[in-house]
Amino acid sequence: MGAHGTYAWAAGYFDDGDRPQIVTSRFKYDDSYTLDRYHESGGYQGLRKALEMQPAEMADEVKKSTLLGRGGAGFPAGVKWGFTPAGVWPRYLVVNGDESEPGTYKDRLLMELDPHQLIEGCLIACYAAGLSQCFLYIRGEMALAHERVAKALDDAYRAGYIGKNILGNSFSVDIVLHWGAGAYVVGEETALIESLEGERGMPRVKPPYFPAAIGLYGQPTIVNNVETLANLPFIAANGSAAYTAIGTETSPGTRMIAVSGHVKRPGVYEIINGTTTFRDLIYGENFGQGIRDGNELKAFVPGGGSAPWFVADQLDIPFEGRQASSAGSMLGSGAVIVMDDTTDIPAAALTLVKFYAHESCGKCVPCREGGTWLYRILERIVAGNGTDADLDTIREVGQSICPGEMPHAASERLGLDAVPFPYKMTTICFVGPSAYVPVHSAMTLFPEEFAVLVTKREVRSMIPVTAAPVGGE
Amino acid sequence: MSDEPDNDLTNEDDLVAADTAVETIPEPDPNAVAITLNGREIVARKGETIIAAADREGEYIPRFCYHPRMSSVGMCRQCMVEVDTGRGPMLQPSCMITVLPEMKVETNTPMAKRAQEGILELLLINHPLDCPVCDKGGECPLQDQTLSHGPGESRFVEEKRHYEKPIALSEHVLLDRERCILCDRCTRFADEVAGDKLIQFIERGNATQVSTFPDEPFSSYFSGNTVQICPVGALTAKPYRFKARPWDLEQVESTCTSCSVGCRISVHSSRDELLRFQGVDTGADSDSVNWGWMCDRGRFNFESIEAGHRLGVPLVRSEAGLVDTSWNSALELARQLIDGASSIGLLGGARGTNEGAFAWAQLADAVGIAHRDAQLGDGLSAELLGVPRATINQAAAANTVILVGPDLKEELPVLYLRLRDAAVHGHTKIIEFSSQSTGITRYAWRSIRHAPGLGPVEIAKTLADPTIAAQIASGDVVLVAGRSNMAVSEATALAAVQAVLSAVPNATVLPALRRGNVVGALQLGLAPVDVDHDALATLRLAAAGHLDLLVLLGADPINDCPDADLARRAIAGARHVISIDTLPSESTQQADLVFPAAAFAEQRGTTTNLEGRVSRLNQKVTVHGTARPDWMIASELASVLGHDLGFTSIDDVTAAIAATVPAYASATPTAIDSADGVLAVNTGGGLPSVEATEAQPSGYDYRLVVSRKLYDRAVSTTMSPSLAKLPIGAGAHLHPADHDRVGEPDGAEVRLVSASGSVVLPLVSDDTVQRGTIWAPFNQAGADITDIVDSSTAVTDVRIERLT
Ligand SMILES: Cc1cc2nc3c(=O)[nH]c(=O)nc-3n(C[C@H](O)[C@H](O)[C@H](O)COP(=O)(O)O)c2cc1C
Ligand code: SF4
Ligand code: SF4
Ligand code: SF4
Ligand code: FES
Repeated sequence: MGAHGTYAWAAGYFDDGDRPQIVTSRFKYDDSYTLDRYHESGGYQGLRKALEMQPAEMADEVKKSTLLGRGGAGFPAGVKWGFTPAGVWPRYLVVNGDESEPGTYKDRLLMELDPHQLIEGCLIACYAAGLSQCFLYIRGEMALAHERVAKALDDAYRAGYIGKNILGNSFSVDIVLHWGAGAYVVGEETALIESLEGERGMPRVKPPYFPAAIGLYGQPTIVNNVETLANLPFIAANGSAAYTAIGTETSPGTRMIAVSGHVKRPGVYEIINGTTTFRDLIYGENFGQGIRDGNELKAFVPGGGSAPWFVADQLDIPFEGRQASSAGSMLGSGAVIVMDDTTDIPAAALTLVKFYAHESCGKCVPCREGGTWLYRILERIVAGNGTDADLDTIREVGQSICPGEMPHAASERLGLDAVPFPYKMTTICFVGPSAYVPVHSAMTLFPEEFAVLVTKREVRSMIPVTAAPVGGE
Repeated sequence: MSDEPDNDLTNEDDLVAADTAVETIPEPDPNAVAITLNGREIVARKGETIIAAADREGEYIPRFCYHPRMSSVGMCRQCMVEVDTGRGPMLQPSCMITVLPEMKVETNTPMAKRAQEGILELLLINHPLDCPVCDKGGECPLQDQTLSHGPGESRFVEEKRHYEKPIALSEHVLLDRERCILCDRCTRFADEVAGDKLIQFIERGNATQVSTFPDEPFSSYFSGNTVQICPVGALTAKPYRFKARPWDLEQVESTCTSCSVGCRISVHSSRDELLRFQGVDTGADSDSVNWGWMCDRGRFNFESIEAGHRLGVPLVRSEAGLVDTSWNSALELARQLIDGASSIGLLGGARGTNEGAFAWAQLADAVGIAHRDAQLGDGLSAELLGVPRATINQAAAANTVILVGPDLKEELPVLYLRLRDAAVHGHTKIIEFSSQSTGITRYAWRSIRHAPGLGPVEIAKTLADPTIAAQIASGDVVLVAGRSNMAVSEATALAAVQAVLSAVPNATVLPALRRGNVVGALQLGLAPVDVDHDALATLRLAAAGHLDLLVLLGADPINDCPDADLARRAIAGARHVISIDTLPSESTQQADLVFPAAAFAEQRGTTTNLEGRVSRLNQKVTVHGTARPDWMIASELASVLGHDLGFTSIDDVTAAIAATVPAYASATPTAIDSADGVLAVNTGGGLPSVEATEAQPSGYDYRLVVSRKLYDRAVSTTMSPSLAKLPIGAGAHLHPADHDRVGEPDGAEVRLVSASGSVVLPLVSDDTVQRGTIWAPFNQAGADITDIVDSSTAVTDVRIERLT
């Protein structure tokens, strides 16, 4: 079974024509994950180039490339690296491979199909940003990724790419592989650090715990996403100019987008950043190829489950952060979930709300209590036991999590203007708000689907509620 | 995975902005930070949080997880306020945000209030609201803040979360998970303050709960503190559970005298019955002792004061044993015994008040009692108190603390907490000398083991080491000095202290003597004039039949003297014995005359802690039976003996102390009642010179270490039902490797033989024990280890004999 054995659906369209491929170029090979294949296709040349430069020069290249973080926040990697306080040692690189945002499955492919590219990226980052050690954190459920990265690390150690005096230089760095225990919230960088330290994976509060200042074991720490780092071999080998030649000034290069839902051809595509639009992605021949069964598009989630929803009105917005946020959402983790006109909107929202309520770490009250409350009301509504008062309560509970105006997309159908992203929040991290976002989008963009589900409060003498299970033993 | 919204300080730009802002603080007062709070200009302190600054300004921000003595976690989100650092107001948890110049803080805007109300509503949705049957009801921060900052009603119609209630976390502490609001206070306390990380959160999201680890109870010496700081009624302590409602409680502030740390506490009673003690934190700027914490022994041993066995009437020996008598005839009999005695010994006085000790010392002076000692051969020479003294705060701020004394976690628990904090969160480096691992070993910079008896040699050698000498030279040094091993002579222990002082002459000393008012008693006239008149000398005299009268002032030598055999012979050998005590002990049982004494919380007065800090003891309940305070018994005895001590009230005695004892000159009532108390330290003199006897290896196999555990056979422990089951029991603890050599299983009984006797004890394998030594806990139920200790030898060497 080749590399694509597990992804038979993907065969054939990783390499379809003229699109530039920065991070997925090797996906087409069955042995894409081996060191031999990596060597044959230009592997570790970026590292060699980097080592010929001064670290500061390499860091400057990354800064000039405006490489945006792919973990969700879209923060420029080169700028982030500059935040570590001078003269504090040791300092660490932590690779965020916990990818678990609903709809997102690009990092998994990068780890399973091209682990050496990620390793090379880590080494370049450590060299350029002066980091003493690297910790690679892989999501608990990703067994194949873990296996392949582990094997690649062994091979790379043996080949002299990792460890002491890399490629005969004075540069030395070790990469430690860590397999998570399976919690969505651990993708949040400070929770990931807690988890790495052996603690319960709960986010720390920023300020003061910005990883760049106080990170792993209290030391300055750079946390970068897998895809972010996977771009570095290209930048090191070809220079920042080659990178910025692709895409737009604010969103250069390419990025991987996972498309799922009711398109004809779901999958992960490497698109040109900044110019490709949602319409291109969903309907393009090289990408999603349109809505299944000839149906109509009803709505889509543009940036992973925690992003406010878009509708057909927003199809022409390109993958460019600022345009997405003024339209009321975000690009997030690079995941587009498409819903066609057969979709039961309240039920779809319920699926997402349930996920975030379940994944709350329990640290802060609005998320721990509010998330589950939202879920239980919505569950009741979807089961036909809701009232119109419940809809108000949802908005009130939402206000306790995200006070003030809540971002949402414009809708010509409803005569709604967009409220730009972001929201305000009372929680520590974004899991709490993410439990409200889907139901808020659904209720705002499709009020009629809720209206038909609920009864008027006055005519209901009793509200049947499901008993919460008795916890503990 | 979201774009980080720009609504707060959560992105990297702000980190940079914050950093540069810190550097632009105006010169004049480097610690002042001017901020605006609710429109008012205030001066906050550099590095403090908004909530702390607001507290000082009297602006109350609601909170649950924040606790000023623990690190902030920003968990409950109750303390949200609007903070403007120049980029518009943002909702922020005020317990997490450090004040910055020109910061504008609004605690009551509609946005802030909506956030605060929202959190309270969310906290209540799953809360059982069983206030009518909850111990916390009436003093509950959740109730109080719901009233002051909460929404008027709940919109929650779903079924609440249910758990079995309550579950036991430990012997004392029960957890009701339905009431728990998951504020992380108890878990943080266990980890950060006590260092006993035995409780943790388990599960996630809505199912998150506090839990112990499987099969490992929350058996911390400090567990009671979690009950005190729990902001709801989720944690309850068995001794108080369901005993009273807060509005029925009366309380006064006092000082715990269960050990000489002297924790500030409040004493609660209802219907003239003691129900609970709580730690008092006098405030970040003024609390110099316990920071609000207590140990469980001090917290729960009030039960012994209410115990059924209290002495309530004077007792006199007759053919039928001890029988009740009247105060008049008891005093008359005491007069006869004193008048008729040509030699009298007075032991004890360290468990009571300054006033009791002082009055008894006055009486002893009047009657001419030459043999007196507040300690029982289990402490260190009173001259230790002549060395320049350190306070707890000074120790906790010192660069170096040298520890030559008992296991502080076992004997002076809250001092252990303070030093642990200094080592973990401060910059203090601890150098510990001991014969086995102690509670502080984990936190010590250097923990140096020596064979029992070889402390002085090891200390001199170690302190000469260049690295250690450099550390010592780097700043203040405080020596915490006491008796680590009661199987080694006092002279050897003193030589160890001297070895430190001669290597570090300007070290100040914190005496680690254990009994509640031992320092007060020694400073107020109950110290022996020399070693020929100390407790051991007195007991030897009595054992030899040369003492006419032995007066035991709250002292139980049979259980507290390291040489139990000597104590037993002394009590048998003294012609007469008078005991003044609150509870019957082995020693009172053998007295000819017993006076019932007023206990803690049954009398007013003052006490002196190990720092020399004089603080207030207050009466909360009526004295048991006809018991009287020590000072009054001394006064009355004096008057039947024809002396007038001149005291008609406790305040007379307090005033006389201030007037006649130079160290106590400033111990006026107002000064004593101040938050900080007043320091009474009389330095000068210095230590007597002792020869460190080089204890040579002997033909025996093991050298004995005898030291105290927090819970032992002390009457206040055994008479407190909650504590009575906690002592570990007598045993011979051996390093596992030595244990293997003995060839007997764990728990098997063996005979320990020393030059002066033998005792049969169970073997216990214990890796805190050094190889080549046996550690035996002092004063535990079972055979008396002190039977084989001879107080006249430098060390005690023993051999193990198998019984099979
Ligand atoms: C709830 C939550 C989950 C997250 N999950 C992930 C994740 O799975 N992978 C990831 O790379 N970043 C995740 N992030 C973002 C990280 O906190 C962090 O911003 C990112 O790893 C930084 O890398 P980048 O700058 O290279 O994007 C998550 C953030 C939040 C709030
Ligand atoms: S928002 Fe939710 S997941 Fe994030 S810290 Fe709070 S409780 Fe944990
Ligand atoms: S038991 Fe009390 S102190 Fe502990 S987390 Fe729950 S509410 Fe907080
Ligand atoms: S440490 Fe000592 S003074 Fe403090 S509570 Fe415990 S016994 Fe009482
Ligand atoms: S008191 Fe500030 S978040 Fe709990």
